[in-house]
Amino acid sequence: MANKTVQLEIKRQATPDAPAVWEKFDLEWRPGMNVTSALMEIAANPVTADGRSTTPVTYDSNCLEEICGSCAMRINGKARMACSALVENLEQPIRIEPLSKFPLVRDLQVDRSVLFENLKAVKAWVPIDGTYDLGAGPRLFPQDQEVNYPLSNCISCTCCMEVCPQFNEETGFVGAATIAQVRLFNNHPTGKVLKEERLRALAGDGGIQECGYAQNCVEVCPKQLPLTDAISDVSREVLLQKAKDFLRG
Amino acid sequence: MASPRIIVVGGGLAGLAAVIKIAEAGGSVDLFSIVPVKRSHSVCAQGGINAAKDLKGEGDSTDKHFDDTIYGGDFLANQTPVKAMCEAAPGIIDLLDRMGVPFNRTPEGLLDFRRFGGTLYQRTAFAGATTGQQLLYALDEQVRRHEAEGKVTKYEGWEFLSAVLDSKGVARGITALDLRTMELRSFPADAIILATGGIGAIFGKSTNSVVCTGSAQSAIFQQGAYYANGEFIQVHPTAIPGEDKLRLMSESARGEGGRVWVPRKPGDSRPAKQIPEAERFYFLEEWYPKYGNLVPRDIATRAIHRVVYQEGLGIDGQPMVYLDLTHIDRATLDRKLGGILEIYEKFVGVDPHVEPMKIFPGMHYTMGGIWVDFNQMTNIPGIFAAGECEYQYHGANRLGANSLVSCIFGGFHAGPNALNYAKNLSAVEGDGGHAAELARQAEINSKLIKNEGGENPFKLWRELGQIMTEHVTVIRFNKGLQKADEKIVSLIERYKRINLSDKSQWANTSFAFARQLKNMLEISRVVTLGALQRDESRGAHYKPDFPDRNDEKFLKTTKASYSGDVVGPRFEFEEVDTQYIKPRPRRYDVAK
Repeated sequence: MANKTVQLEIKRQATPDAPAVWEKFDLEWRPGMNVTSALMEIAANPVTADGRSTTPVTYDSNCLEEICGSCAMRINGKARMACSALVENLEQPIRIEPLSKFPLVRDLQVDRSVLFENLKAVKAWVPIDGTYDLGAGPRLFPQDQEVNYPLSNCISCTCCMEVCPQFNEETGFVGAATIAQVRLFNNHPTGKVLKEERLRALAGDGGIQECGYAQNCVEVCPKQLPLTDAISDVSREVLLQKAKDFLRG
Repeated sequence: MASPRIIVVGGGLAGLAAVIKIAEAGGSVDLFSIVPVKRSHSVCAQGGINAAKDLKGEGDSTDKHFDDTIYGGDFLANQTPVKAMCEAAPGIIDLLDRMGVPFNRTPEGLLDFRRFGGTLYQRTAFAGATTGQQLLYALDEQVRRHEAEGKVTKYEGWEFLSAVLDSKGVARGITALDLRTMELRSFPADAIILATGGIGAIFGKSTNSVVCTGSAQSAIFQQGAYYANGEFIQVHPTAIPGEDKLRLMSESARGEGGRVWVPRKPGDSRPAKQIPEAERFYFLEEWYPKYGNLVPRDIATRAIHRVVYQEGLGIDGQPMVYLDLTHIDRATLDRKLGGILEIYEKFVGVDPHVEPMKIFPGMHYTMGGIWVDFNQMTNIPGIFAAGECEYQYHGANRLGANSLVSCIFGGFHAGPNALNYAKNLSAVEGDGGHAAELARQAEINSKLIKNEGGENPFKLWRELGQIMTEHVTVIRFNKGLQKADEKIVSLIERYKRINLSDKSQWANTSFAFARQLKNMLEISRVVTLGALQRDESRGAHYKPDFPDRNDEKFLKTTKASYSGDVVGPRFEFEEVDTQYIKPRPRRYDVAK
């Protein structure tokens, strides 16, 4: 059997200020190959399709099983995780670019720390009294667990922010991932104690009212989070909170 | 006196657990991690976390958990810390529950528990089949809270290179590399906790994440720390074979009723569903009637090897066996195992609700690790270790769902102990060794970046992985181990001729990898030569030429120290603490 070839086109940029260039690579096809394994292959033999030596591609990756959220990039125009992008399901040449809404570091690596800052701003945690032994946690029915668990599956990949038309410097929108975490912690028996603070954090500029309901987020989410439901729920709560705060003066 | 400054290296469960305890006690923490801590390898843990809460009315107890753990580890673990861990486990689950981990629930609203390997009790709490992810997130959220309050400073995207030791050999800080700017810096600290995970990368392909290279452990080993029981490597029985990695298929699949089988007829080419029940060989159930599919991992892995390689019964003659869930209803599978079934479907393209999965053993866990005392301190004063990177909770084989509890317990223990140590630390003399260590690291870096030669680090790494997987995993022969060591020595020699294809000073991943590779090679020798020394079979360490456990000679902890010489590490042996449970033969075909 003749060896099949996989063609890749990768957008390269050596530093944030350097010009972007596209490089082509031809790799030998292997069963089960995915985009991260192709990038590893290039690292072991960094030569372009026209035989020129180049550098291994810089990109984020860690678990390679779509649970750490590291390897988000644009593959054939779509924001997704590279590890679960199986080569045999992709049209060739496979065009690979970095996410476009975050500061570029190098090649396919971008700085997504804005999400972690947003999580800080909305206090996405349960404020426990301390880690000493205080006995069992609150009882929680399976129905509630089944609401919370999917929201807790967010891997912080930021694909939802990448595809959101409203997520940009002009609006300063926090994005769907953060809103889903607000929904999660406001739904927790103890997490609830910070509910008002979280809602107020989403009430101002860059808050939930920036959402334009394009619904791209829920389509692209690799973990199928119910993002639009979370946004509707939280949106309603934010309005109620605003009304309450207004009446309280 | 200013509050002590503690450095924690590694932001998985153990590292974050330590950070939380220190922050809570008023210490200041600098937290270093190669990746944003929320992306640490702990997210890959799937099936659950053990604690004998006995919520199923089975009469489970922490004593039984302790006995299962010691017995499962073939009596190699020191018993005092294991006993303490098992006793603390129920409290840890309660705490995680209070932090908001979405554990599965019973109709009454209590925590649900399932069975795991090496026990007859339902002792494993779980959040679907992504328990590690959920636990890590809970700790990550608490650390973010402390960070917002100014008690924790994160250095994400920094890689630990070495400890800074003063003239008396006491730790005074670390050196680290900014993986973006490639800046080398030293950071002062009164105590250091390493929580840097496993060493899967030395086997090339494993279930571990990319960052699990063991580089940090190896670095402090080369600076004088003991490395203990390095030869004990867990090969998980059920992984999905893959080109780039072996993806874990959780033991919880069997905990929920999954069955392992092969066609009775060698090379049977019929699709699985067309093979009638009577023509299926459920070998684990036949060979181990009491524990069945839930024998400990070392036993299941060797059984799969036997069925495939000795009896020639692998599916289609390939090294694969079936893991079958198709008899369980879809709703139950989705509620309890959703995450792992999704992984299988995404990466293999086959729906495991409908078709039995095809699996094979894969390197999974590092039982051995940095030697620590019962306070989690290494033999280098001021350096502590917790989590998978240290050796003390799992003996010769780890039971499923014990890793998450050992990480959190170890971190909870290491944090306050490091703080106490730091409070009593004598003042530093001079610069504490910072300038000298920085100069040593700068020299290594500049040599590496300028090095001329024909070797590619990624290719050397592949060769390392192949030889380690062939000779130093499930079945070990002294001849093969010697051959592996010779190969590693030759790779160390070839490493001197590495030529980086990227010589830039910005986000240079090949440079960082090449630095890790040197450390991987050194730790590979510890694993390989440790295995060569141990002429017996115990837990995950199996030599057909020495098929029995030999307590008289080898009921001992292996301690390796760095010699700096081509002959390799020096080995010595330490008595094992067996004061609570007398060693007895370990077998799983009958109740123990």
